[in-house]
Amino acid sequence: MLSKTVLLATVAGLALGGSAFAQAPQTVRIGVLTDLSGLYSDLSGQGSVSATKMAVDDFIAKEKPSFKVEVVSADHQNKADIAANKAREWFEKDGVDLVTDLVTSSTALAASKIAKEKNKIAIVNGAATTALTNKECNDVTIHYTYDTYSLANGTAGAVSSQPNGKTWYFLTADYAFGHALEADSAAVVVANGGKVLGTSRHPFPGSDFSAFLLKAQASGAQIIGLANAGTDTTNSIKQAAEFGITPKQSLAGLLVFITDINALGLKATQGMYLTEAFYWDLNDETRAWSKRFFDLNKKMPTMVQAGQYSSTYQYLLAVKKAGTNDTAKVMAAMKAATINDFFAKNGKIRDDGRMVHDMYLFQVKKPEESKAPWDYYKLVSTIPAEKAFQPLDKSTCPLIKK
Amino acid sequence: MAMTTMTAPDAVRRVDYRAFLGFAALLVAGGLGPLFLYPTFLMKVWCFALFACAFNLLLGYGGLLSFGHAAFFGGAAYICGHVVKEWGWPPELGLLAGMASAALLGFVIGALAIRRAGIYFAMITLALAQMVYFLCLQLNFTGGENGLQGVPRGRLFGIINLSDNLTMYYVVFAIFFLGLLAIYRTVHSPFGQILKAIRENEPRAISLGFDVGYYKLSAFVMSAALSGLAGSAKALTFQLASLADAHWHMSGEVVLMTLLGGVGTIFGPVIGAGVIVTLQNELADKVGPWVSVIIGSFFVICVLLFRRGIVGELGAWLGGKKPNGPPGGGH
Amino acid sequence: MFNFSTQALFGQLLVGLINGSFYAILSLGLAIIFGLLNIVNFSHGALYMMGAFMAYFGLTFLGIGYWPALILSPLIVGVFGVVIEVLLLRRLKGLDHLYGLLLTFGLALIIEGLFRNAYGVSGQSYPVPDLLQGGLNLGFMFLPYYRGWVIVAALTVCFAVWFIIERTKLGAYLRAGTENAAIAQALGINVPMLTTLTYGLGVALAAFAGVLAAPIFQVNPVMGSDIVIVVFAVVVIGGMGSIMGSIISGVSLGIIEGFTRLIYPEASAVVIFVIMAIVLLVRPAGLFGKAA
Repeated sequence: MLSKTVLLATVAGLALGGSAFAQAPQTVRIGVLTDLSGLYSDLSGQGSVSATKMAVDDFIAKEKPSFKVEVVSADHQNKADIAANKAREWFEKDGVDLVTDLVTSSTALAASKIAKEKNKIAIVNGAATTALTNKECNDVTIHYTYDTYSLANGTAGAVSSQPNGKTWYFLTADYAFGHALEADSAAVVVANGGKVLGTSRHPFPGSDFSAFLLKAQASGAQIIGLANAGTDTTNSIKQAAEFGITPKQSLAGLLVFITDINALGLKATQGMYLTEAFYWDLNDETRAWSKRFFDLNKKMPTMVQAGQYSSTYQYLLAVKKAGTNDTAKVMAAMKAATINDFFAKNGKIRDDGRMVHDMYLFQVKKPEESKAPWDYYKLVSTIPAEKAFQPLDKSTCPLIKK
Repeated sequence: MAMTTMTAPDAVRRVDYRAFLGFAALLVAGGLGPLFLYPTFLMKVWCFALFACAFNLLLGYGGLLSFGHAAFFGGAAYICGHVVKEWGWPPELGLLAGMASAALLGFVIGALAIRRAGIYFAMITLALAQMVYFLCLQLNFTGGENGLQGVPRGRLFGIINLSDNLTMYYVVFAIFFLGLLAIYRTVHSPFGQILKAIRENEPRAISLGFDVGYYKLSAFVMSAALSGLAGSAKALTFQLASLADAHWHMSGEVVLMTLLGGVGTIFGPVIGAGVIVTLQNELADKVGPWVSVIIGSFFVICVLLFRRGIVGELGAWLGGKKPNGPPGGGH
Repeated sequence: MFNFSTQALFGQLLVGLINGSFYAILSLGLAIIFGLLNIVNFSHGALYMMGAFMAYFGLTFLGIGYWPALILSPLIVGVFGVVIEVLLLRRLKGLDHLYGLLLTFGLALIIEGLFRNAYGVSGQSYPVPDLLQGGLNLGFMFLPYYRGWVIVAALTVCFAVWFIIERTKLGAYLRAGTENAAIAQALGINVPMLTTLTYGLGVALAAFAGVLAAPIFQVNPVMGSDIVIVVFAVVVIGGMGSIMGSIISGVSLGIIEGFTRLIYPEASAVVIFVIMAIVLLVRPAGLFGKAA
């Protein structure tokens, strides 16, 4: 480890002032900080690293930039301190300009704070927490793909505006995340003239949900809202089918990803409503990109991985446009841009760091409707960008002047 | 605590030159470390080193294997972070609050756990720590999955500005060093001797008239308090507290650090913590998903081949003082 | 707090009974292993997961259905357990028992890590066997046939194991070995062999529970990592060495947990640990255990 004496020079360099790199960059370095081994590795993980590299290759091939681009990646093991440590090390020692992916809330928030401190950029695709664009927001962080508000709001709003989606029962993971998801959705349901008949708070992580599902069944609600995530959601869905609750009552997944549907199969998930920012089979563009991704990774991309590609590409475009990797200038260029690619149409990055774009409400197909592997969703409606995300005037982000 | 009074017998008071060398080497390493290695990384090493040493106080000298020490480490991190961030307490009071809460928690968990020995003790601490984890998950002030973020470092005693990374580094190192000295003094005090006597032969210690429960509980509380101090220091260092620190995986990690370095050696846990933290940081970008497999293999290899740990094996190889044997209790 | 109907009560108690069956079969395996080897098998959860995965592999790659898997999967995992015992655990003989805990903890990390790398974490779906599709309307609740089968299968196996240990010659050897290995060995019982087989049996029980669980839960690499701690608490409550104790406390704690979900769901995650603390205060050896 003696080779790290180089650090001395770096420390000295930093002491001279953070803007030492304000000139046109030789090399732009992107650090993909993700979960390569844990609970979220299917959602982001290796697929996100792959998507990042695709974006870099495409950018170089198409834009022929004057600078080089390097990608490094690390497994934060879902530990906030490892994420913070790694981000700091990358920024200080390895000259990384952008830390990205950032799945799980605690690691994303931690890395975003380090980025602020070091005046570098963080683009969050994996994590769902709205805290990133509210209380904990800053001017170097972009929350790109989705958040809990957009998923809960999208699903609950669309479902409760239908005549058979008026009465709800929530199955909620009993901690801050679940409570927030439930509160966001319940507000929309009520606003749409629906009624919340009851709530079951289940321990997290749980494995057997039948007790809570029986309560939901007894409530007679038309919709059972799943305010939980990951294996909790998949097990709830599976057991709802087992107990004959679905399809009599419908499920609304408030944080469900295509990987969950793939794992559960259509038999257990059919008819379920969910919101995503991306689906591979939306149009020719998404199909073309997703096929490339599939050839590399042997599975279809999640919205996180698609967002990872899109955001990386946008970042590199901004660096090219700004002619520098200076954080403030790149951020300004990104916020000035209108994002148009296979992932987003007319996407804009707001002052609170929220990238707003259309979201999509899907219903899971019946097994007989699915013609091929990964053919899972029917598009029910497109939620326009201005409705999909939390309105700016509701944001508690200190950067937003009111 | 009264256990560190200076009434040690001659055998104990005699200066152990090896320990002296060890402490001197640590001082040098700690003092010069930031010149060669990354300060934030080193701070993490010192935090975990203190945690592992505190754990070793209980396992190595008390013969009690706790599988729930993450509760003290992670719980204290939350308390320290909360009082500093939300109540605006200065860092020194934050550290104390974290430490005190861990001591209190240690008293409750310890009082229950010492009713059984050996494996039962391990399982009881594990289960009770799991309860603490659920509390950390559900209570509002912990921020659930987001964790407690943006804890300000503040000014130590109102004057020392901790937002300077190097200043923070030396403060963390000082905390570690003083903690280790306290553990060393405790181990070599009459209290520590009695603790070892209990570990070696509990019935005999009882027949000699010692209140075994009192000694075990005291050791437990002290170990918990120092673990809490380590957790608090970590919360200030990284300016956050998160669920991972309270999870039972963390309890397992500290066992591994201690085992790897050498159970019942003063400096072993420091080495063990250094190795594991380095692995986690360095492996992060090299082996990717294999981290947990590698950590698991370390466990298996240590248990099968290196039960005395790095420092213990080294000590045996140098032919010096017989290192402390495996943890007692059990049967 | 008490505004629930008798319908809900019966429903929750039945669901609790189902979970209790899992606890019983897992804690039984732990208790047997502990009895003879004095090892707390921390890899029990990982082996439970392996059991479920073996069933999944069988179905996906070999077309072996649920019913053969119910026998085959515990057999395969049991053999795996025998290998672990012979290659690793046996080397710990004469050492402090805590080393067994640490070794099996390491093994659990390795097994889970390997499966996670190979299969990701979203998990795989395992269908309910055709014979047990559907369910029965009991009036107060809809009972899926499969859940009913789980109760029957789990309890049958539990009592069969209990019968073997308490009422047969093999069981007598086992008990003799547990009581005093040296004397049993002197009397001509092959204790090392018995030890190996016991570990294999305990592990096979975990795998059996895994196969039972496969159609109910998503088969994923982390499915056993948290349940093992709850089962530890169950075993402490029952008293570690007691076969019947572990069965009874497993079932009854499942029911108590179900009841808690009805009246105060927020506490259902910790109720078993609270009971454990109370039992330790009143009866440190556990409800059915002999004083240590």
